[in-house]
Amino acid sequence: MSFPIKPDPGRRRFVGHSLLALTAVGLGSTGALAARLDTRPPALDRYQPVFFKADEWRFIKAAVDRLIPADDTGPGALEANVPVFLDLQLASDYGEAASWYMQGPFVPDAPSVFGYQLPYTPAELYRAAIAAIDAHCRKAHGDAFAALTTADQEHVLSSLENGDIQLPDTDRGPLPARSFFGFLLKNTKEGFLADPIYGGNKHMVGWKMLGFTGARASFREWVDQYDRPYPLGPVSLSGEISR
Amino acid sequence: MVMKKKPVDVVIIGLGWSGSLMGMEMTDAGLDVLALERGNDRTKKDFLYPKPADELKYGVRLSLMQEPRTDGVTMRRNTQENALPQRHWTTFHPGTGVGGCGAHWTGVLYRATPTELTMKSFAEKTFPQGFLPEDMQLQDHGVTYEELEPHYDFFEKIAGLSGQAGNLKGEKIKGGNPFEGPRQNPFPLPPLPRTLTDTLFTEATESLGYHPYPYPSANASQSWTNPYGMQLGPCNFCGFCSNYGCLNYSKASPQTCVLDALKQRQNFSYRTNSDVRRINKSADGKTVTGVTYIDGDGNEVFQPAKMVFLCSFTLSNVRLLLLSDIGKPYDPATGTGVVGRNFTYQITGSADLYFKHHQFNPFINAGGSGQVIDDFAPDAFDTQKHGFIGGSYIYTTQGPGGAINGIRVSPDTPAWGSAWKRQAAAEYGHHMMIGTTGSNMAYRDCYLDLDPTYRDPHGDPLLRMTYDWHDNDMRMTEFMGDRIRDIVKKLGPDYHTTSFHQVGDHFDPSKYQSTHLTGGAVMGTDPNTSVVNRYLQHWDAHNLFVIGATNFPQNMMHNPTGTVGALTFWAAKKIRSDYLDNPGPLM
Repeated sequence: MSFPIKPDPGRRRFVGHSLLALTAVGLGSTGALAARLDTRPPALDRYQPVFFKADEWRFIKAAVDRLIPADDTGPGALEANVPVFLDLQLASDYGEAASWYMQGPFVPDAPSVFGYQLPYTPAELYRAAIAAIDAHCRKAHGDAFAALTTADQEHVLSSLENGDIQLPDTDRGPLPARSFFGFLLKNTKEGFLADPIYGGNKHMVGWKMLGFTGARASFREWVDQYDRPYPLGPVSLSGEISR
Repeated sequence: MVMKKKPVDVVIIGLGWSGSLMGMEMTDAGLDVLALERGNDRTKKDFLYPKPADELKYGVRLSLMQEPRTDGVTMRRNTQENALPQRHWTTFHPGTGVGGCGAHWTGVLYRATPTELTMKSFAEKTFPQGFLPEDMQLQDHGVTYEELEPHYDFFEKIAGLSGQAGNLKGEKIKGGNPFEGPRQNPFPLPPLPRTLTDTLFTEATESLGYHPYPYPSANASQSWTNPYGMQLGPCNFCGFCSNYGCLNYSKASPQTCVLDALKQRQNFSYRTNSDVRRINKSADGKTVTGVTYIDGDGNEVFQPAKMVFLCSFTLSNVRLLLLSDIGKPYDPATGTGVVGRNFTYQITGSADLYFKHHQFNPFINAGGSGQVIDDFAPDAFDTQKHGFIGGSYIYTTQGPGGAINGIRVSPDTPAWGSAWKRQAAAEYGHHMMIGTTGSNMAYRDCYLDLDPTYRDPHGDPLLRMTYDWHDNDMRMTEFMGDRIRDIVKKLGPDYHTTSFHQVGDHFDPSKYQSTHLTGGAVMGTDPNTSVVNRYLQHWDAHNLFVIGATNFPQNMMHNPTGTVGALTFWAAKKIRSDYLDNPGPLM
């Protein structure tokens, strides 16, 4: 086997035409949103969210920047277009909890061993929680979350994580801060590390940080090469290649 | 209005492993066979590269699994609790669609040991009176290892199993598992090549005097053509295995090993998106007349059949029997009834080891690659001394290999921010896991029934799981945790963490445990304690056969699929030799 492997010209052409030519499918009750990203991952500041409203979008961009910041280790959630990933996920089947069992009765205060028992879909949870957190920030810190200092934002996120902030109940029941934070953090990491076809992990920056190979998926001759770092960068489902 | 279809000889409910294998057997016998599959069709085209290499879709969103929306399960730990539904799957991953769990499984294909099929007899000759708790409901399977051996052998050839025999016709072979039952033939294929984790585990366990052997892997080590003419290619360690369809024609599945052969047969047909709601009983209740299902257009359809094979997942099998009012539901208060009785699960634990100086390249893995010791099988050592019946195998497998699911960081690391990021990047590729897969005995208060509150979109009650851990099994897993700590000490990682249940812990359905759910429609020789006889024939309706891990009277430490396949052939043999010419109770 010789290194580096040259990108196949046919494959490269395929990349140019299809990368991120995706549609958010299964939009369900959010209607016929045209969540289409054409050809290449968009610049974040030019992306038009299909799920998030303007103030929610500001919250999300600020929050993911704290959760996975750009730093010495490498690019962060904003460079990876994680907000785009979250927007598309929440506008799709996942946001609608399309495959989940969502019939009542709901017992939102059930012990944690019973897992998720809130009445909200992920989309509903984000919508309700972001509004409530921004309201909290205005009251406690004088401005919406996105406008706070980095230190204050980190403090708010820690307080959500630890359940130190009590978000007011909605007309459908409690709105536990820790539950929302759990979703936000999990989905942010997903957006940093899922295939770029879902809108995040732009140019595979998350995978490069780990040394994960993406969709290479063929390693027979490497099984017994112990302790030798795999030399090739990742490839994506749509054929983007990184060295 | 109910549509009525042309009668067929055989209806198979569920086109996974047991359904497709039974389809081969019954079409071989010349019968007209129709399989009804609740989920979508899935062919190998759905799994062509690079489609499966999508961790978000398959490894995180679990898109090959049954949807809780249409087929949910409620859970509680005891009869005093109100059961709540799993809103989305956490504790197990039940499959759906053509191929069933066989499309997304890991590919570890074991035989039961002779002891695992006769646990009650083993317990009676091994332990003093009063040693086992009174509420433990052990039973023999009613079929012996010697009877199943030819069927294990055949299923292993269907699956192109890779591994190393440890007991060939009674002769012990070094490098194999000396605690296994005697094999008449070696494995069809040699073991997979060893990863770094395999080699580290093998050296450490050998130095402790144990007997490591390669995982019996249904990820093929070499090319293989099975007895049906289906071809497998050598596994390329792509790293997308458990929860994924195979992108390389290497993981044994109904798709790669059975279905293309079956679909060529004129006397076989199948319908997808066909959700069987009831098995219909005859007026006298002594036979079944066919099944009623909802087709993809929402029509209610009656499909008459001379024989019905219920071959869906453990939970779905039990639920359909309960909804169809076939067999007496189990009542834990009186200990009477059989449907839902002896529901069991799998007791697992693990250690995570960090080595700064090792690079494991964890994305390079096959689900069925790994090394194992059976030195702590239920009959391999004196468990009485340690206060329990049962055992675990201890194993390693390369991974966790994903990006989203594969990050491990030291316990004091924050969950987010620069500190998390730094640690995730530094530690990725430097972790190794050692785990246990352990037996679970059956208890009087662990069972399945219909939920009184929660319903599916058709208005039928969900299945309710009442299940908790018991001291015997917790003592077993505590013991295994200590054995793993011995191995960890030998390996000397920079740090390690362990996760083992302890006596007093309760079942936590919010965490993944295993998809090895067993029992609830168990086999046996006594109609008072089993749903089907030793030929998997329903005691009450002789033309209904129920097949799957649902037949296990208690769960064994070895993975269920091999025994499910062997039981399928075992039942088919009896049906073909005795039942077809003379339909009636086989016992």
